[in-house]
Amino acid sequence: MPDIKRIKVGTASCGLAAGAAEVLDAFQRLSGSIPVVEVGCIGHCYAEPMVELELNDGTSIFYSSVKGDEKSVNAILGLTETGRFQVPAERAALEKLNVTRLSGSIDPKDIEEYKANGGFSSLKKAFELKPEGVIEAMKRSGLRGRGGAGFPTGNKWSFLAAKKADEKILIMNADEGDPGAFMDRSMMECVPFQVMEGMLIGAYATGATRIFIYCRAEYPLAIKHLNIAINELKKQGYDRLPGREKPLDIQIKEGAGAFVCGEETAMIASLEGKRGQPRFRPPFPTDSGWNTYPTAINNVETFANVPVVIADPDAFAALGSERSKGTKIFALAGDLKYPGLTEVPMGITLADIVYKIGGAEPGSVKAVQTGGPSGGCIPADKFDVKVDYDSLKELGAIMGSGGLIVIGNNRCMVETARYFLDFTHRESCGKCTFCRVGTTRMFETLENITAGKGKPEDIDFLVDIGNKIRKGSLCALGQTAPNPALSTIRYFRNEYEAHVKDGYCPTFQCAALSDVRLDPDKCVKCRLCIKTCPVQAIGDDFKVDNAKCTRCNTCMEVCPKKAISRVKKGDGFSSNLSK
Amino acid sequence: MGNEFSYLSEIGTEKGDLIKGLQLVQSREGYVSDDAIRAISKHFSIAEAEIEGVLTFYAQFKRTKPGKYKICVCDGTACHIKGSILIQDWLSSALGISDGQTTEDGIFSIETVACLGCCSLAPVMSVNGKVYGKLNRKSLLKILSDYRKMEE
Repeated sequence: MPDIKRIKVGTASCGLAAGAAEVLDAFQRLSGSIPVVEVGCIGHCYAEPMVELELNDGTSIFYSSVKGDEKSVNAILGLTETGRFQVPAERAALEKLNVTRLSGSIDPKDIEEYKANGGFSSLKKAFELKPEGVIEAMKRSGLRGRGGAGFPTGNKWSFLAAKKADEKILIMNADEGDPGAFMDRSMMECVPFQVMEGMLIGAYATGATRIFIYCRAEYPLAIKHLNIAINELKKQGYDRLPGREKPLDIQIKEGAGAFVCGEETAMIASLEGKRGQPRFRPPFPTDSGWNTYPTAINNVETFANVPVVIADPDAFAALGSERSKGTKIFALAGDLKYPGLTEVPMGITLADIVYKIGGAEPGSVKAVQTGGPSGGCIPADKFDVKVDYDSLKELGAIMGSGGLIVIGNNRCMVETARYFLDFTHRESCGKCTFCRVGTTRMFETLENITAGKGKPEDIDFLVDIGNKIRKGSLCALGQTAPNPALSTIRYFRNEYEAHVKDGYCPTFQCAALSDVRLDPDKCVKCRLCIKTCPVQAIGDDFKVDNAKCTRCNTCMEVCPKKAISRVKKGDGFSSNLSK
Repeated sequence: MGNEFSYLSEIGTEKGDLIKGLQLVQSREGYVSDDAIRAISKHFSIAEAEIEGVLTFYAQFKRTKPGKYKICVCDGTACHIKGSILIQDWLSSALGISDGQTTEDGIFSIETVACLGCCSLAPVMSVNGKVYGKLNRKSLLKILSDYRKMEE
């Protein structure tokens, strides 16, 4: 038996969804005396479930897409060559794993392992620097808030530090509401002690006495790991900061599913037990926040960056672009080969992220949506843009929290915009008329266009009302909600025009604007489609009747010859027309 | 009403804990009933109307009883791009119910959610919290029939 020192199974949410629980169970049964530990995620979510074997000689072997059956597990225990995993060299050269250095390599529940890997050395250094020194270092590093707005963290902390009050509040925004982003979940699940170390440094520097972690309830594993971390920190006395009489009050509050609660004043209202509606600023939360106490809010990834910054602020500032320092974690998803998380220096080109790291096929990608429902799309011909806060904004998109959804050539951009407006119009809190009514009108208009009921003047209407919503809304939700529609109109107006003027969807995605056709030359008459069609739209003549067809795609999925496909509206057979 | 909701005493009566109270009730009962609202109103000394106002604001809270197996279909951006609309259609036609409804026998309910955070496995859904990824029609129907079998 070769010398395996330890077996690590990745059991973050992505791993578990891919079947890591069975794999873990199998290794625990079959590994004999070799210890088996659960670790987080190394970002290569496409390769889950993943297993790492630590060998006695100090090296490691990774296996990807591991199965939980006895044969596969025994083969791995015998160090088989098959199924070994290595980060592609091209990707490894572009990545810079600073903040995610320990993610997936340590047991997230074990404080001692975090310490053995340099954990809490930044906290110790912070105590030596004193609060002023910490804030100075934060400013010098140039770290900007990773939640989306990009406000300099050092400045925010200095505002809170300057306040005199009985209680000061520091909130960790772990509400990651942007569908398509999951870096915060991953940091909380995989390196909770690192996130908490950043939080403790923040509390020390700003004089905060009470800490809230506002985490979305959809992240049960993250909440579990944070709870373990908080208990451990209390047990070891980390909640007692130097020069303080009372220990820090640290609480986790579960969000209840409202996108607008990512906005800081809405989050504070929610923490007070109210409807999560934003309010006017000023007063800014650092003047009057939770129950009128001075309050600052930072994002999970920002806190995860803090230990890295304090360890060496100048090294941090040396990375990245001129006005966006350090690295950024991006969540890659959509039409690409390697979805997952990647940490790269700011200023890298979008093309490098999408093609070289994400493995998307050049030519297969139409656009990238950044910043979720608040962001915009960037067309493939602009992928040479350097990714940082300011350059993305110039293109009509935003950095946001770091979600990057790759949109393939076969996706309809009008439908994509409709999807985002469907989300934002439901999530609008209802306070501002422009946002409440305006996003609903935009959604209805887009719904009409994708349903084949669009009019040519709809496009200008969307632009007009979109600009008005931007100006007439109090918070970032309304100010950014029109972005998906406005940016798709800016770059893909031709697709909108095809829908409203020519009556067809260029990608055949919109059901009402496309037909389904069976290609008789490819058909082998196996009748599978006829049997499975839920509405009997396919007759014995092997023709799809588009008057009956609901465009459910069932036939396309069962057809062994891929003989059935969506075609341009009017190109398919319809019993209505033949009469 | 009785002592059905006596467990509310586990949490404080400060207004800031209202959402926590609602979450506790929902995790025990599966939804927030009229009786529960009355009990919560008493516990926090907050008007029933205000509680209704808070709970309807947040997507998490349900006012109708969910099925034994709660299916959450992810319609986050990545899943949407990967065809979650079809997943919803297939589920609805297989179970004969639409979003937000529960089957007559009380076994299944469907709910569309914003994001389960497993974007790299899109399209995904969860059944009572267990996540199923990279769904297609075949795997979806298999999952449903596996749960049905457990009920026989």
